[in-house]
Amino acid sequence: MAYSDKVIQHYENPQNVGSFGKDEDDVGTGLVGAPACGDVMKLQIRVENGVIADAKFKTFGCGSAIASSSLATEMIKGMTLDQAAAIKNTQIVEELNLPPVKIHCSVLAEDAIKAAVDDYKKKQAARAQGEPT
Amino acid sequence: MATPITKPTTAPAEHGKPLAMAPAGVKLPIFLDNHSTTPVDPRVLEAMLPYFTEHFGNAASRNHVFGWTAEAAVDNARAQVAALIGGDGKEIVFTSGATEADNLALKGVAAFYRKQGNHIVTVETEHKAILDTCKRLSRDGYEITYLKPDKEGLVTPQQVADAVTDKTILVSIMLANNEIGVVQPLAEIAAAVKAKNPKTLIHSDAVQAAGKVPIDVDAMKLDLVSLSAHKMYGPKGIGALWVRRKPRVRIDPIIDGGGHERGMRSGTLPVPLIVGFGKAAEVAKHDMPEEAKRLRALRDRLYHGLTSQLTDTYVNGSLEHRLPGNLNISFAFVEGESMLMALKDVAVSSGSACTSASLEPSYVLRALGIGEELAHTSIRFGIGRFNTEAEIDFTVDLVVKAVARLRELSPLWEMHQEGIDINSIQWTPH
Repeated sequence: MAYSDKVIQHYENPQNVGSFGKDEDDVGTGLVGAPACGDVMKLQIRVENGVIADAKFKTFGCGSAIASSSLATEMIKGMTLDQAAAIKNTQIVEELNLPPVKIHCSVLAEDAIKAAVDDYKKKQAARAQGEPT
Repeated sequence: MATPITKPTTAPAEHGKPLAMAPAGVKLPIFLDNHSTTPVDPRVLEAMLPYFTEHFGNAASRNHVFGWTAEAAVDNARAQVAALIGGDGKEIVFTSGATEADNLALKGVAAFYRKQGNHIVTVETEHKAILDTCKRLSRDGYEITYLKPDKEGLVTPQQVADAVTDKTILVSIMLANNEIGVVQPLAEIAAAVKAKNPKTLIHSDAVQAAGKVPIDVDAMKLDLVSLSAHKMYGPKGIGALWVRRKPRVRIDPIIDGGGHERGMRSGTLPVPLIVGFGKAAEVAKHDMPEEAKRLRALRDRLYHGLTSQLTDTYVNGSLEHRLPGNLNISFAFVEGESMLMALKDVAVSSGSACTSASLEPSYVLRALGIGEELAHTSIRFGIGRFNTEAEIDFTVDLVVKAVARLRELSPLWEMHQEGIDINSIQWTPH
């Protein structure tokens, strides 16, 4: 299969590779996919004043999965949590020119963003509950 | 041994990346996928050429010299192909390839011996040409037993014999596997089968083994053998089914029309391809002892080069009972297709799902009980006649760097480093 130039670019120079401490208060972590399916994405956000100040990812998967998660971290930086959670996989498909057989990679990236936002929100809610009023 | 013409070269400039320098004597890209196909050996091509334009006759033409010349060339090729497996030229039925040979063996025996029984025994790790044919036969009322190999990829003679009943007309077991290169103890299997039921015929898809390991159809007690030219440095589009004459094995044809190949396979013979097949078999037989040693040394060099520099690697299938040029190895925590992308200067293949339309990883690896997460990380290296030591060294270097880079990208590798068992996590299959 031939890859689009955009996929190759992200695969060869992936953006925002790495990890934040997942127990840090301002970090949300999304871990989606399964090793048995050949795709696992870990996407993390660092949130400041309701805005995603930074994002990191690590991905086990094909070149399109790596490119999808790399692009996702680029897209969400500077977004509010709601804006990030509203990102649709089709935006990733379009940007990377993914063929039909690789659409699931973009779906996984969308799921990873949502999971990271959810995790951050849950953390904040738990913290709010735990704090004395 | 033909020496390939090589010169120092550079990879094409792609995507603004700096040019990768290949060392002297290495020409990129490197072909390490010799189980999928092989280049035509120049000696083979040379033998074929006169049969396109000069000796173009129809081997079935009985009345003129053009036909006689073609027929003589075909008969010579029959003898060459048969000699590779210790058979007689008169026992060779030329086909379009091994897929057709497998179909002809199974469907041909099934139809002819229907009154004797309806049971066929095969193995889960067979090529799709066998498995899909069995699937069709089972729809037509035949009973198929699919044996499960052990974790090394091997079946035992006892296990096969135990599956044989008085209704078993055929046992079909490949000699060497196309993904993992594992070589079955076929002589012992055939002996055990014949001891249980002397009427049961033995077929073997020997496509990957022929020309790489010795085959003797009499010593091994085989009745039918499938062969393919393009896996042994011959042309694509020609294969053969060897069908034993003494005692006579019968098959119903699946292609009718003209009665060529003693009625077992009609159709005008592709003389140039057959001549090439014959020459390829002759060269393979002649070079086999030396070439097997050379390939094994290259394979071991590849294996030691990789495993001495990388942790968490797993060889799939028995390393001992294996074709000399095969290495199928999993690089844990690195998905196969992303590896293929990193190795764009080296042609190999992966057992991961993403490379095919199917979302399942290799059925061969799964039959060995290898976990899906590890099956997704497998790479098959197929070393062949034209590969060199310099190419192997270049490949080792490239693979080691790619695995290191992709592991840095892998959340599973990170978990592994932190001592987290990835099997303890509640994953969400998608």
